[in-house]
Amino acid sequence: MNNKRDEVVDYTLPNGLKVLLKPLHTAPVVSNWLWYRVGSRNELPGKTGISHWVEHMMFKGTPTFPKGSIMLEVNRNGGVLNGFTSHDYTAYFETLPSDRLDLGLRIESDRMANSVIDLAEVESERTVIIAEREGGENEPEWVLYEEVMATAFRVHPYGHMVIGWKDDLLNITRNDLYQHYKMYYGPHNAVLVVVGDIQIDRVQARIDELFGPIPAGPPPPPVQLKEPPQQSERRVIVRQPGNAAYFQSVYHTCAAAHEDAFPLMMLEAILSGVSFGGGAPTHRSARLYRALVETEIAAYVGAHYQTSLDPDPFRFYGTVRDGRSPAEFEAVLDTEIERLRREPVTEEELARARKQVRAQFAYTLERVSSQAQWLGLMEMLGDWRQFDTFVDNLSAVTAVEVQRVAQQYFTPSNRTVGWFEPIRG
Amino acid sequence: MNLTFAKYTLSNGITLIVKENHHAHSVVVRGYLPGGANLDTAEQVGLASFTSGMMRRGTEKHSYAEINEIVESVAASVYVNTGRHLTGFGGKSLAEDFKLLVELMADNLLCPTFPSAEIEKLRGQIITDLKEDEDDTRTMSGRYFRELLYTIDHPYGRPVDGTLKSIPLLTRADLLDFYHRLHPQDGAVVVVGDVTGEEVYQILEAALGQWQPVHAPPDTVLPPPRPLTEKAVYLHRMPGKFQADLVLGWLGPERRADDFYAAYIGNTILGQLGLGGRIGQIVRDTEGMAYYANASVQGGGGPGPWYAFAGVNPQVVDKTVELILAEIRRFQAEPVSNEELADTQAYLTGVLPLQMETNEGVGTMLLDMYFYQLGDDYIARYPDLIKAVTREEIQAAAQKYLSDEVYALAVAGP
Repeated sequence: MNNKRDEVVDYTLPNGLKVLLKPLHTAPVVSNWLWYRVGSRNELPGKTGISHWVEHMMFKGTPTFPKGSIMLEVNRNGGVLNGFTSHDYTAYFETLPSDRLDLGLRIESDRMANSVIDLAEVESERTVIIAEREGGENEPEWVLYEEVMATAFRVHPYGHMVIGWKDDLLNITRNDLYQHYKMYYGPHNAVLVVVGDIQIDRVQARIDELFGPIPAGPPPPPVQLKEPPQQSERRVIVRQPGNAAYFQSVYHTCAAAHEDAFPLMMLEAILSGVSFGGGAPTHRSARLYRALVETEIAAYVGAHYQTSLDPDPFRFYGTVRDGRSPAEFEAVLDTEIERLRREPVTEEELARARKQVRAQFAYTLERVSSQAQWLGLMEMLGDWRQFDTFVDNLSAVTAVEVQRVAQQYFTPSNRTVGWFEPIRG
Repeated sequence: MNLTFAKYTLSNGITLIVKENHHAHSVVVRGYLPGGANLDTAEQVGLASFTSGMMRRGTEKHSYAEINEIVESVAASVYVNTGRHLTGFGGKSLAEDFKLLVELMADNLLCPTFPSAEIEKLRGQIITDLKEDEDDTRTMSGRYFRELLYTIDHPYGRPVDGTLKSIPLLTRADLLDFYHRLHPQDGAVVVVGDVTGEEVYQILEAALGQWQPVHAPPDTVLPPPRPLTEKAVYLHRMPGKFQADLVLGWLGPERRADDFYAAYIGNTILGQLGLGGRIGQIVRDTEGMAYYANASVQGGGGPGPWYAFAGVNPQVVDKTVELILAEIRRFQAEPVSNEELADTQAYLTGVLPLQMETNEGVGTMLLDMYFYQLGDDYIARYPDLIKAVTREEIQAAAQKYLSDEVYALAVAGP
């Protein structure tokens, strides 16, 4: 598969909308993604969850696409669609038969400019979102994660879940949502990515026509909150009715643009395999599985470095095996972390991780929607051109760099540890 | 869409289907042997699943750790798993590693050794997973719904993964015994990717073709489930939870039933299209009571379930049930609209290229086509099968399978 940089057409409309187009004629399918530079990172205390709520409201329709018709129109044209909100961004996508691309572009341009944020619909969606949150509250791992993140962060908005605190969900008003929509969901704050069976000239002309007239808004306020360095270890223990125990810990690290980001990604691969692509996770030959699952202390274990605009943690998480305890899990994990700090990882481990990265990335390229997602994600975090150099940059990481980041970040005073201890019924 | 594929028969009767796709440098394998959880007994529920899990955990050539090392060092994956009617196997790799993938897959199928230490490791993991399930309202509502609808005397009424009662009692001899019932006759393998048909045939014939067990293939005939004669309701209390999950449903059609497509399209209207069809529309969009509220019809080798489900605040469980039943009454009393039918037919035919975009999608489609004996021209005929369904046929299916008086309802929540 050819995936060279020069195949991507990259330009910006006068109103600030950035456009990335990539023709790919492997299947009669096209995927268009509209990314907004807004997420829970942009939320203030008292208004947590507002970005995710606006995302929901943008499915509620416009005068042209009235309530219920956006999903229905896409479905009846043989397409699928969805939207999601993260810390740093919000994305909407439609994947359609390639002769129906126009519909996706019409929906996205229309709801960028004309979403109706109706009071009655706001009220009906309030309880839908509270139901979504209560679904999370039903899950022990979700509850533990919320507690751990809220403990690890005291200042920065990464400390609250994207869905927001329940009281904020009860208090946010229609006007709050409308202002948030007007401030962040314009062309000046967005990136449109189209990948698939397209003809560049025609698509470009249509994008100009549909998105060109939408006026740019004022630049959104920058996020200036910085998490102060953590001075001492923090711990939380959640005790709730249940049958299984869980462990999680997080260490503050760095932002995606920092030079340590690739060594941290490689560290994740060494510890728990590579799972970002379209293949199965490759974790069972990795260090943590061997140390914790093979030894019958955990039923599941993983590690993850979250690449984000602001410094986000490196996480460890797992399900404690029946009959064992979070303390035992933690002791073995500590030994593994100490080993990483003490001695460099082997060339063999690095070679395996590099092959996994290369293969998983190749698997990723098999879907037009995955390619569009990756291009957009890279652009949100910095520059879509990283899409081309990602595998090489990750593969260039050395054992010395991996050891250095482990020594730098994996210190007791920089971590927050969470245990979920079930109260058995 | 290019719908051509090559079909071969291996010496032992396994059907091999190869679909070449040279756009991506990967290859996907999907295969099955007849017989899965349907061969479990009520006392030994979970045996099929435990057995298939063990088939990847050590062979005459390689230990479990070695298999993981070999597979993952080339970023491939190999699996053996259990469905309600079959034992599935397969994997994915870069095309350059296809031969290695097949060797490992064949090794898992033909030469598993069931090491005792690995059995205990896996047993502990299954037990932990089952305990996690006990904390999950959605899993528990689904489990009790099946038990109500089919009873544990029927294979469809039991959890594929087993129970906290059954798993601790299964012995190595039980697992071996189950493994020795598996047979390649009537099995199938689909290979999709950057390979050629003849090359794949040679490799598969060498790896699997000579596997000819002396025992007879398992009897996979499913007993007919006994239909409900009255409403069956079960409320499962789970202290500390914030949300309740509910499943309400009936026996549906088999995948091969004449009215399967009518039920399938009807269900899309009832609980899938747009934001969850009519049920999603009323429960989520109008009433704002749930994040998810849908309906599903599963088909399957026997009469699979047809059901609605939702996750709601415990205070509105009764109201949700009433709303769902009201939709069922409307669905039975009057035909769906012409517009709803046209939209759904357009959706189900239009989305086909998306489903076939990846090697995995094509592989799953081809394997289903073979398993359910839908015919080699099934994909070409599919749009016509969908378009042929009428409003009256959908209404008839609704009247035949659904009822607002006799149904199974399971609720799991605080």
